[in-house]
Amino acid sequence: MTAGKYFDEIWGYSRGRKPRPGFEKIARWIRDTPKPELRRRQASAEAAFRQLGITFNVYGEEDEAERIIPFDIVPRIFTAQEWASLSEGLEQRVTALNMFLEDIYRDRKIIDDGVVPADLVFCNPGFTPAVAGHRPPHGIFSHICGIDMVRTGADEFYVLEDNARTPSGVSYMLENREAMLRLCPELFEIFEIEPVDRYPDALREMMQSVAPDCAPREPVCVLLTPGHFNSAFYEHSFLADNVGIELVESADLIVDDDIVWMRTIEGRKRVDVIYRRLDDDFIDPLVFRPDSMLGVPGLMAAYFAGNVALINAPGSGIADDKAIYSYMPEIVKYYSGEDAKLPNVETWRCREPDSLQYTLENLADLVVKKVDGSGGYGMLVGPTSTSEQIEEFRDALKANPDGYIAQPTLELSTVPTLTDKGMKGRHVDFRPYVLSGTNGVHTVPGGLTRVALVEGSLVVNSSQGGATKDSLVLRPESNGQSQSQSQSGGSQTQAQSQTG
Amino acid sequence: MLARTASQLYWIGRYMERAEFTARLVEATVRLDALSARPAGEGAWESALLVAAVNKGFEATGNSVTPTNVANYLTLSDENTSSIRSCLHMARMNARAVRTALTREGWESINRAWLSISDRTAVGGFQAMLNLVEALKAEIRGFEGALHRMLRQESYWFLRLGASIERADNTARLIDVKYHIILPEGERVGGLIDRDQWGTILQTVSANTAFRWLYRDGLSPDRVVEMLTLRRELPRSLAAAVDEVVALLDALIKRTGFQGEADRMARLRQKRLVKTKAADIIRGGLHEYLQAFISENRLLNQAITRQFRFD
Repeated sequence: MTAGKYFDEIWGYSRGRKPRPGFEKIARWIRDTPKPELRRRQASAEAAFRQLGITFNVYGEEDEAERIIPFDIVPRIFTAQEWASLSEGLEQRVTALNMFLEDIYRDRKIIDDGVVPADLVFCNPGFTPAVAGHRPPHGIFSHICGIDMVRTGADEFYVLEDNARTPSGVSYMLENREAMLRLCPELFEIFEIEPVDRYPDALREMMQSVAPDCAPREPVCVLLTPGHFNSAFYEHSFLADNVGIELVESADLIVDDDIVWMRTIEGRKRVDVIYRRLDDDFIDPLVFRPDSMLGVPGLMAAYFAGNVALINAPGSGIADDKAIYSYMPEIVKYYSGEDAKLPNVETWRCREPDSLQYTLENLADLVVKKVDGSGGYGMLVGPTSTSEQIEEFRDALKANPDGYIAQPTLELSTVPTLTDKGMKGRHVDFRPYVLSGTNGVHTVPGGLTRVALVEGSLVVNSSQGGATKDSLVLRPESNGQSQSQSQSGGSQTQAQSQTG
Repeated sequence: MLARTASQLYWIGRYMERAEFTARLVEATVRLDALSARPAGEGAWESALLVAAVNKGFEATGNSVTPTNVANYLTLSDENTSSIRSCLHMARMNARAVRTALTREGWESINRAWLSISDRTAVGGFQAMLNLVEALKAEIRGFEGALHRMLRQESYWFLRLGASIERADNTARLIDVKYHIILPEGERVGGLIDRDQWGTILQTVSANTAFRWLYRDGLSPDRVVEMLTLRRELPRSLAAAVDEVVALLDALIKRTGFQGEADRMARLRQKRLVKTKAADIIRGGLHEYLQAFISENRLLNQAITRQFRFD
């Protein structure tokens, strides 16, 4: 696989000969910084992550032991214009997604109007009958959304997946930036970069904004973790610490008369908002899985009584379903009256006979995914699979066509990455985080970029050789780029205030 | 603050202090053993087990009382829940769960102390034991340094409260070492070996120089007892630990606005200690005094557990 075939985010299609307009400075930085120096910095970042115990994983690999995900020192860069159109599209999509969730659990207009088939919603394992008819505080379901995106060309961004349940990985966005500020301060002098460290404040403001109406002016917010054996525990404690809220385990909470309390040294203290990092199945053994040891009995009763806000609201997970995903362009159009600004990847729903037939005929060229799968598991990447694997998958697909969708194999963009063979283009994806509260819908300018370290690989999952990169969003240029002296002075203060 | 968090911080304090005490106990025993003529030396190791209150557990292993076996049991054994390794393991597990209440430095110092001993398989000879003990003491000093830099609020007070309760217990036990060690035949109380043994105990609480500062004359058993029990200037004395417990509980009262049984018990104990003279302790029997102190400390621990809803 040569570099020229794919769109490179710095070099375009020029195979490293000519940077894209606006990317000259970063191209120079990559060329001029000695490789051993970059390697030293990368090792230093990884050593710091290990010492801090940033040992969690991103996408449902709960049984992994303490392990760090590799970090790549070369950042990924979005221009101000690219970011402006991305964030506009993200906010449009997440707004529609929340309206969709509110609708299907209450009035079901979108189904009555024949936009989304009823069986796809009601027979969906992600649909939660227990919450049907209930409106969460302020009508918001998915307060924290992680939208997985890929890019295939200069202006071609696609949404690959919606993560409306409990998206993780945001601590990478913050810790990677910390590492970059410390190890590559010169980058922050070359560019004016949007800070990401507003995220914890934005998260707190969002949480407070969605507190139930009965809550006091300063609502008590907590983060509910499954406990310190959970693989994402570092992220839970990191977020609680930075947002300035209590990190609680299930045993710290009790429900009495439909009110949630936490046990403190001074007795019980009422809780108004819970950012729970437990799946629906485990939050309340009285309503969901009775064998769950993790949950808080009575939590759902308190939720139904309107005494507590749950972030994200139970039932949000249906939006992660890949068959629902395939209807997102129609869903966005239905609720916003506008065309979706961020396109979906072309998707064949195998539940439809024509699509199934097309998929079966073209398995070798397609990516086939389980509608409820994640983490790169249960999927077939046709072009890189053996004929045996394809035939095996064909049988699974025929046995349960409803359980699969198919997409073309995308030519994911590459970003220069420090490899054993020097600086090489490697495929990336991107997960920005969108917050929805009564204070509006916000996207912090940044996100999690994952990169497939294996040459030519399109699978960026950390379990399969993936690493992460910092994602820099450039500030809009004020007036030209010539005044480098004063610019560097300004951004230095910026860098200092971020590290502080 | 969450009751669970408070409890876990308190136990981090206790476990880190206990790890240090056990390190000091091993050090004291190595030195006492070296002072004694064999087979009296084995008595030192037997008394170490008694002092740490792990003699029954050690018996259950079926191993004979040799310096290596006992030192291993006190230092590395996973069967012994009070071994240094077990203490550091428990401290680290608690620290992981309450990371948000700890500083980065606090967590890193505990993690480092744990890593320094986690894969050690044998204690080795006396010299190796002393080296290990020195290294561990340095790691734990790192934790104390990190502690010192924390904000003065609940997290800090609970960590320190656990450490103070544990230190009160441990110092009492360390002084009691002397009770269990039988003087070699023909040696008299107050004689050369007796004094050497007291000197060793002083050494293990890093108080030799302190003794000379406070007393300016020769080492005598009743003065050592006085210093280790009643002199507030010495941070490891019983009196200092008792004062510290009261001060920390007072700080918590100021923050939470309520007080309870633990506060009353701690203050009562402090009041009584102010009136106590070394001569009274010795007249009534040092061993009996220390045992009563240890039981009272245990009751205070239970009162703290109830008062702050640790369970």
